[in-house]
Amino acid sequence: MPVHVEAPFPGTILQIMVNAGDVVKEDEELLVLEAMKMKNPIAAPSDGRVKEIMVKVQDEVKTGQVLIVLE
Amino acid sequence: MLEAILNGLSGLTMGFQHLFVDWRSLVMIIVGCVLLYLGIKKDCEPLLLVPIGFGCILVNIPLSDVMLKDGFLRVIYDAGIATELFPLLIFIGIGAMTDFGPVLAQPKTFLLGAAGQFGIFLTLILALYLGFPKLDAVSIGIIGACDGPTAIYVASKYAPHLLGAVAVAAYSYMALVPIIQPPIMKFLTTDAERKIVMKFTARPVSRTTKLLFPLVITIVGGCIAPKGLPLLGSIMLGNLMRESGVVARLTKASENEIANVVTLFLGLAIGATMSGPAFIRTETLIVLGLGFLAICLDTVCGVLFAKLMNTMSREKINPLIGAAGISAFPMAARVAQKEGYKYNKKSHLLMHAMGANAGGQVGSVIAAAVMLSVLAGMGIIG
Repeated sequence: MPVHVEAPFPGTILQIMVNAGDVVKEDEELLVLEAMKMKNPIAAPSDGRVKEIMVKVQDEVKTGQVLIVLE
Repeated sequence: MLEAILNGLSGLTMGFQHLFVDWRSLVMIIVGCVLLYLGIKKDCEPLLLVPIGFGCILVNIPLSDVMLKDGFLRVIYDAGIATELFPLLIFIGIGAMTDFGPVLAQPKTFLLGAAGQFGIFLTLILALYLGFPKLDAVSIGIIGACDGPTAIYVASKYAPHLLGAVAVAAYSYMALVPIIQPPIMKFLTTDAERKIVMKFTARPVSRTTKLLFPLVITIVGGCIAPKGLPLLGSIMLGNLMRESGVVARLTKASENEIANVVTLFLGLAIGATMSGPAFIRTETLIVLGLGFLAICLDTVCGVLFAKLMNTMSREKINPLIGAAGISAFPMAARVAQKEGYKYNKKSHLLMHAMGANAGGQVGSVIAAAVMLSVLAGMGIIG
């Protein structure tokens, strides 16, 4: 069952640390979302494999927008 | 002829000779250098600490006349600090920079911004207990606003002899918020509380609400606490200009050019109040100690109030955001986000903490305004 990693608040994607196909562990940092001039790491909510990365660096994202899909 | 030349040359060494006459001036030159080091090397509030540090050095150089009548720092001091003009101009800039959207979207976080001001009043009581005169105690307590311009405004008006110590304490502790707050936040919360996840749902805030907010706060707040109207009015004027969107040039000038020029003058003039004989006193150390306590108490009250709200709220509140209810914006909100994430990688408190933090910014000004008006009502101030 796919797990959606969503943006917790609006911001800009600053860095993506994983690639599609990577196996990740729970709490492993996947990307960095910049908001209010602060770099906020977004971690994997569970173990899984990166199925799809829905954003790219410098993308502006909204609250709840799916950033990465894990399976 | 030779004698005249020798006398002339001895004039060049007079400053060095006097350097060791009063050791306090020498110590303050070193303090000025430390402030410069903190600002330049450690990036600790450089916009303020660099001019304050340099002003401190200038005023302590022996035979310096910068703070005597018509000296250039005296002119700046008289023009902007003695008249309370500089902190108010800075406030217009702060209002122009601040988005109160997060607090308007989550009105309950405004309560945390109010709770975060209790440190002011507790420290005021403590300073009175320690025997400080009433107006000195007010100026010391206001360090707990964690808000430089508010502290400078109050101290310059009611206890100018404490201005240097109050300003240095306010700005130094603001810069130290990421170090001061986390141990207190940890001490007052359980592991389970620190891990509470708060979902952020972006509730849209209408333009009308954003426009009405500064107006209502100014009129209602001004009627409740007229003594604080200059503070409230200037921050809200800046915010109204920002939200109206029709005076972009004025907004931009307020948050950039005016704020920059005033920050330079404000820092220099504050540094100029730090002459050795005036600054090196036991009183200064006590002021610095009480100021530290004020900020700790703000954090304690904010976190405890968030825990109290938790007992009454159906939606759980992570008490860490209570620590953001102070005026150090957005630093305190960042601390809450960082700490929350440290304990739970699924927790993102930033937006909630921003609400509390923006509430704290208004709260500190309102707290100062209320305190001044209460004192006026009691006949303590004119």
